[in-house]
Amino acid sequence: MTALLTVDGVGKRFRGLVSVDRVSFAVPQGAIFAVIGPNGAGKTTLFNMIAGAMAPDAGAILFAGERLDGLTADAVCRRGVARTFQIVRPFPGLSVEDNVVIGALLHRRDVEGARAYAHDLLRRLDLFDKRQRIASTLTLPDRKRLEVARALATGPRLLLLDEVMAGLRPTETDRMVAILQALNRDGLTILLIEHVMRAVMALASRVLVLDHGVAIAEGAPEAVVRDPAVVLSYLGAEEV
Amino acid sequence: MIATFTAGTSRRGAVLLAVLFAALLAAPLIVNDYLLTVLIIILYFAYAGQAWNIMMGFAGQLSLGHALYLGLGGYVAAMLFTMYGIAPWLGLLAAMPVAAAAGALIGFLAFRFRVAGVYFAILTIAFAEFARIGFDNWNFVNASSGLFLPVTQHAHNDLWRLRGDPAMFYYVILGATAVIFLLCHFLLRSRTGYFWLAIREDEQAARATGIDTFRYKMIAVMISAAMTSFAGVFYAFFYNNLFPEQVFSIFRSIEIILGPIIGGVGTLFGPVLGAFVLTGLAEALSSALTAFGVDLPGAKQVFYGICLLIVIVALPNGVWPPLARMLGVGRSGK
Repeated sequence: MTALLTVDGVGKRFRGLVSVDRVSFAVPQGAIFAVIGPNGAGKTTLFNMIAGAMAPDAGAILFAGERLDGLTADAVCRRGVARTFQIVRPFPGLSVEDNVVIGALLHRRDVEGARAYAHDLLRRLDLFDKRQRIASTLTLPDRKRLEVARALATGPRLLLLDEVMAGLRPTETDRMVAILQALNRDGLTILLIEHVMRAVMALASRVLVLDHGVAIAEGAPEAVVRDPAVVLSYLGAEEV
Repeated sequence: MIATFTAGTSRRGAVLLAVLFAALLAAPLIVNDYLLTVLIIILYFAYAGQAWNIMMGFAGQLSLGHALYLGLGGYVAAMLFTMYGIAPWLGLLAAMPVAAAAGALIGFLAFRFRVAGVYFAILTIAFAEFARIGFDNWNFVNASSGLFLPVTQHAHNDLWRLRGDPAMFYYVILGATAVIFLLCHFLLRSRTGYFWLAIREDEQAARATGIDTFRYKMIAVMISAAMTSFAGVFYAFFYNNLFPEQVFSIFRSIEIILGPIIGGVGTLFGPVLGAFVLTGLAEALSSALTAFGVDLPGAKQVFYGICLLIVIVALPNGVWPPLARMLGVGRSGK
């Protein structure tokens, strides 16, 4: 498998604090790749650099052979990398349907075509019956799925998910896992930052562990969770 | 608030709108000259409020300096008319690009250098004030002595040169209000309209959804400015005079935005309804105060202010959203 996304020696510091320290990894086409690590490990910073929300101080980010670093967030999205936010932010005052229509309009000119596509996605994410609801009135699990739907509507080749499982109950987590697996089977490459190990173990084909901005382990999930360095820094006594 | 216009106008809404438009078409046959003038002012505010609403209500960019576009529109058309005898409709073709360019300049400075929210609003005030002071000292446009349009005796209405009786001006502003209403209706249902709503709701999320927010905010400012300039042209030819102190005044900017705020920011009907409510309220207060023999200076303004406060506290989303639900023309939702 060839790499769809290559992160090469990427670093970011805030004043004196090194948030991400020369991290390198590659996400193969068609993979589900997870980045885990304790709070403050630099996961979200890394994520924001890939998504174009902030520029790295060092290193390069390549997506399908093209440099992503230095591009703005909207330009990154137009090239086929869509994201969700750790703290969900659907367009609050708009209907569920319109939220997804806006995403679908990115590569479409006609609103009706975008609406039809949005309906398909809403069905896939169990939101079709709620499509007329105002986004801010949804429950958290619904808003999380709405964000995924809006991101998917932009037609990405790579989907970036920032703690999309956080705050979900186990049954909701399993449902989200099933949805993501189905999307992956259809060819979507997924990069996720995740705390919920249950989801990571179920989904990821490869895991990168960050600690204090440094990549301390990378490999198959079963191998990584047994790595002594990982256990020491992060997993501790948590049951896997 | 938002659902009422993203839903697509319901049939009932369309019928109500047709009835309202028919009543407005017939109005000059029924009402006296005084009431006709009141209706002209109402429609002027409905038009200007609608133009402002494109920027604030749709794209979420608060302008408190729309007097700039009003004044530029008025001055460009009035200068072309007085100096070269160029008809205001042709003058409008010059006024709109001038206003749009001014909007583009402000938008470029603000959006490029990330001036947003309150600071953006202050920037818009600053540019309107620059214009006010600049025109006040610019001899080419007669500086503070103002610009007067020749008032000639006219045997018949001259629509092309906008010289005529109140009924003619009434139909001109009614037509313009209908045009901008339809324009906003289509804009809101367009790709651009959806992108504006996204920017208004959450600009960072809009960027993450691939929207070039700079570009779409610029489009909103330029359309809003260009459409507002027509209100300025109308103002100049209706009142036949222009003074920088008046036309570029912050009070002009404020009075434009009261209508949409009272009616419902971001809604299609809000600016129209707000204009009726506000001007109707002012007129009713005048009559009431006269009837009760109150002759205190400023009494009207105080009551007017109190009424506005009550409306804003009771209906923070404006009068239109709850009214739409009552009439059954909106959709469920906020």
